[in-house]
Amino acid sequence: MLGFMRGQPLLSTVIHREKMAAAPVMMPYFGQQISSKSDLVPDWTRQEVSTGTTIMAVEYDGGVVIGADSRTTTGAYIANRVTDKLTRIHNKIYCCRSGSAADTQAIAEIVAYQLGFHSIELDEPPLVETAANLFRASCYRYREELTAGILVAGWDKRKGGQVYSVPIGGMLVRQPVSVGGSGSTYIYGFMDANYKPGMNKEQCMELTAAALSLAMERDGSSGGVVRLASISEEGVERRVILGNQLPKFSTH
Amino acid sequence: MLEETGPEWLSEEVKTGTTIIAIEFDGGVVLGSDSRVSAGASVVNRVMNKLSPLHDKIYCALSGSAADAQTIAEIVNYQLDVHSIEIGEDPQVRSAATLVRNISYKYKEELSAHLIVAGWDRRDGGQVFATLNGLLTRQPFAVGGSGSSYVYGFVDAEYRRGIRKEECQQFVVNTLTLAMNRDGSSGGVAYVVTIDEHGTEEKVVLGNQLPTFFDQ
Repeated sequence: MLGFMRGQPLLSTVIHREKMAAAPVMMPYFGQQISSKSDLVPDWTRQEVSTGTTIMAVEYDGGVVIGADSRTTTGAYIANRVTDKLTRIHNKIYCCRSGSAADTQAIAEIVAYQLGFHSIELDEPPLVETAANLFRASCYRYREELTAGILVAGWDKRKGGQVYSVPIGGMLVRQPVSVGGSGSTYIYGFMDANYKPGMNKEQCMELTAAALSLAMERDGSSGGVVRLASISEEGVERRVILGNQLPKFSTH
Repeated sequence: MLEETGPEWLSEEVKTGTTIIAIEFDGGVVLGSDSRVSAGASVVNRVMNKLSPLHDKIYCALSGSAADAQTIAEIVNYQLDVHSIEIGEDPQVRSAATLVRNISYKYKEELSAHLIVAGWDRRDGGQVFATLNGLLTRQPFAVGGSGSSYVYGFVDAEYRRGIRKEECQQFVVNTLTLAMNRDGSSGGVAYVVTIDEHGTEEKVVLGNQLPTFFDQ
């Protein structure tokens, strides 16, 4: 039925620390032996495409703000420097993708289909929690084959703005603010210090843009532009912050 | 045959998991560290002071393998003593950092420790040097240890040049707390050492006196 078959071995995206792009934990290193004829083609053609990434989602009273960087890497080559990692699952439910680009795209498409079907059956807009559970179901069942760290965020009539985190392994937890991806390690401290419950939409936007900029400066697998979106009862509003417009900090 | 091997932590390497930080302020430096030493999953010392004196006004912060880091610090302490007698005055911070770097670089394959050297001298005031993997670089601030990853963003955002001593101490305590909250290998109490032209001040901030954040 819905099988996730991946024959390609996982390869590290960062040379010094064998850190998988999606998660701030050590993953086993399945290296490939490079033969001599491989000098004819660049290394990155044999590497898996990964959304290196920093993603973030914040709840506020009345909605959510989500953000992501825009870099997709195959090894050291940046395959796409303007990626859109904020993927629409339903009108007012989006997900932020990190980890393997192929895995997360496939899961997101499947969940979007399942949710669309479910919403028609219900004749109502679906709940964010439902979308999150659909992600979790796929990510947990196929946890050995997948590398996907996903933030599900949106607005529904029952609980307002919600952020759910579905990290690698397939657990599900709702959090007022959550970060993910390889760049997220660098901004846990910043997020803990600067997030306060009861912020409004603009404050959440600024916090997200600042956090993503900081992570993009430190993480080699994150960069490009900052994509933001806010989701509320009124609808979805998307923004892009280009490189030269990013918040600057004294050490830069 | 099952052998009696004793508790796991006896056979695990002892590491100072750690968060260490050193920041220059207007007139001196502040160093900070957590206090956790782990052997595998066990905490073998929850009150270790990782800020080790190299000289009266030069300290270093230890991270990585506890044995390696301590030994380097003790050797450099000795070498600096000799050096300062030879030159007849207090040594420069750069000299201390160079001695640390020389050991770290020469034995880089065998050692696994990162020392941040910071202090005050008459020539250049407060200085912070990083010696990771055998390099030597002066920086306005330096963070190190496993917990440092989590606070790069915070420190990048909040650091400003020319802040005052009290603000700097508070900044160090905040940074250590945030790292200790996220890193399993860092924890315990926060040790803070402030060095300026008037002297050296050592302080301990206990667990219940550390700042709290939104989810606590």
